[in-house]
Amino acid sequence: MRKSTSIRNTFIIVILSVLGIILCLPKELPIKINYKNIKLEGKIVRPSLDLKFLGMDFKRDLNLSLGLDLAGGSHLVFEADTSSISDERKKESVEGVRDIIERRVNLFGVSEPTVQTSSYQDKMRVIVELPGIKDTASAIGLIGKTAQLQFAQVGENDNEGLILTDLTGADLKEARVEFDQKTSKPVVAITFTDEGAKKFEDLTGKNVGKPLPIILDNNVISAPVVEDKISGGSAIISGNFTTEEAKSLSIQLNAGALPVPVNLVEQKTVEASLGADSVAKSIKAGVVGLSMVLLFMFVIYGKLGLIADTALIVFGVLTLSIYKLIPITLTLPGIAGFLLSVGMAVDSNILIFERFKEEIRIRPFADALEVSFGRAWDSIRDANIATLATSFILANPLDWKFLHVSGPVRGFAITLALGIVISLFTGIFVSRNLLRVFVKESSKNQVKSN
Amino acid sequence: MDWMKHKKIYFAISGIVLLISIFALIKWNLRLGIDFTGGTTFDYKFSKVTEETQIEGVFKDSGIAIESIDVDSRGVFEVKAPPISSETKNKLDGLLKNFDKDYVELKYEVVGPSIGPELVKKTVTALVISASVILLWVAYQFKNIKYGLSAVLAMLHDSIVLLGAFSLMGHFMKVEVDFLFVTAMLTILSFSVHDTIVVFDRIREVNRKTGGNLVDIANIAVTQTMVRSLNNSFTIIFMLVALALLGGDTIKWFAVALLIGTVSGTYSSPFVAVPLLVTFDQLKVERSKLIFKK
Repeated sequence: MRKSTSIRNTFIIVILSVLGIILCLPKELPIKINYKNIKLEGKIVRPSLDLKFLGMDFKRDLNLSLGLDLAGGSHLVFEADTSSISDERKKESVEGVRDIIERRVNLFGVSEPTVQTSSYQDKMRVIVELPGIKDTASAIGLIGKTAQLQFAQVGENDNEGLILTDLTGADLKEARVEFDQKTSKPVVAITFTDEGAKKFEDLTGKNVGKPLPIILDNNVISAPVVEDKISGGSAIISGNFTTEEAKSLSIQLNAGALPVPVNLVEQKTVEASLGADSVAKSIKAGVVGLSMVLLFMFVIYGKLGLIADTALIVFGVLTLSIYKLIPITLTLPGIAGFLLSVGMAVDSNILIFERFKEEIRIRPFADALEVSFGRAWDSIRDANIATLATSFILANPLDWKFLHVSGPVRGFAITLALGIVISLFTGIFVSRNLLRVFVKESSKNQVKSN
Repeated sequence: MDWMKHKKIYFAISGIVLLISIFALIKWNLRLGIDFTGGTTFDYKFSKVTEETQIEGVFKDSGIAIESIDVDSRGVFEVKAPPISSETKNKLDGLLKNFDKDYVELKYEVVGPSIGPELVKKTVTALVISASVILLWVAYQFKNIKYGLSAVLAMLHDSIVLLGAFSLMGHFMKVEVDFLFVTAMLTILSFSVHDTIVVFDRIREVNRKTGGNLVDIANIAVTQTMVRSLNNSFTIIFMLVALALLGGDTIKWFAVALLIGTVSGTYSSPFVAVPLLVTFDQLKVERSKLIFKK
């Protein structure tokens, strides 16, 4: 009975491992076989995941996503200067800053940028991560610009110049490129907030037939002529735009103005080649370390060690698959967390085997195996719960303000926590079933002869 | 084996190591990196042979006061300076381009002075919460505050040893403490407790099965868990030595920190936590004896 369940479980393990290995494969794997008369050339292409389940869309490209320190890129922290803003409006203004920075960041076309706010005591910050960006200096320039976007009127007399109005970037909701239905030329469509719509209506009413210059940072970026009084809060800027010009204008309008000034307080930029070097070195260190662990387990525990080694490889494969499925952004500390969890995964096996050495002296083989698992489980559980608790505090999933909300500590804690959970599964479920199936019969004689 | 007979020796060893650590921390403090102090770090690779003085010149022309400049075996220059503004950075980039148009900026980090204190506060908060949670968990699991207290004291022991080691390495080898070190320290806390719990667990089990006085039980438990403890530490040490030697500069000192912590954590479970537990128990026994005499 127990034996048949074990065999069934072993099948489950095999299937899980095969699935895991498929997930772990790189996107394309070229294959070349040249053996005697058989010549095979081709490549294995790993499929992407695109599942639809109960209306939920589950889409993964299954590429391992690497953090800034590994892929290269910039980590920027801006501090909002909220000194001129009342306490109750502080949070709101920082969120406004985040939204605008997010819009500005999207202009760079970097993949998966993140923008988040962090407040600690009275300091309001916006953390921006730009993976793979090359020109950091201009990114900082654009992101951090307070940039006043304002609409102006042209004065009656030539010497009066431009008169700024109270219609500003804060009144602008959105700008986007559209195509005129008749001429099919690109135009820029703008929408105002409710308050902005009123101001705009008033302003256009007073300036029919005259240009209404739009000023960003003391530069006129556009000066469309008002055709008619415009109410309703939406308007179109048309002209002899190329699509590029229209896009660039809409970007400038969208980037708008920050409600409060921000200062760059922290910047960490890593060049992609340095990141690639770290990845290569970590992999090398990981392979060497892991081989030593595998060898050590075999030397100390023999056949049992081989089972532990198998479980450890299954652990590695499953962990990597889960990183890809969730997905987890892997950083250098994250890799360290993973390697440490390898240590913890081995520990479960060592606890069981040491226990087994004691139990085998007083019980028959099969009983000794089961008793060892039972007794060792208490230690494994208690010890791992303590580690899980620590990694929970470090990972800070509830975003408590008084703990770290981003950065290396979190990356480390997440991979460590995942590693512990998966190691509990492989240490208990995988090792146990493999031992029951593969070691039971053959070792009986050995024990009897002792 | 009668491990607990030599209790005083263990306390003496730990005492000496702790004294050295505390002495080093008081005398030399830690060599704090820019994550704590604020400042700027630049890593450059140049396409032509370059002298340190040339780089110093370029920085001086940009109006940056250099704190240190080092060149490693791969020819990567690392320059350290106080925090600079993005305007100064742009000026520097221009001048460097003039100096060598194919230079590569491998790393650029600038940390404002307001970041460090926050990092310290948040880390201390994380430490206090982790320690309290562990104390409560261990006390609850073993139905006795003495277990929790011994585990947390052993954990504290490991933290001070690690801090002391980095204070010494900072003074003699110019090793800096950075954000990654904080991560290493927090990890060691959990590793230390992980190891201690395994021994305590055995104490509880032996107590349930045979009973007897705590010294004998502790001796049995330490004997039975010693091989496991060593084997487990070996596997972790293998991983960490590989990381320290092959993992590259960024991760090297992080791995070393974990290594020191692992060794200390392995030692502290049977030789600090358990002797402490036994001592607390004896204190209680002696006190109750006194009450009897009255």
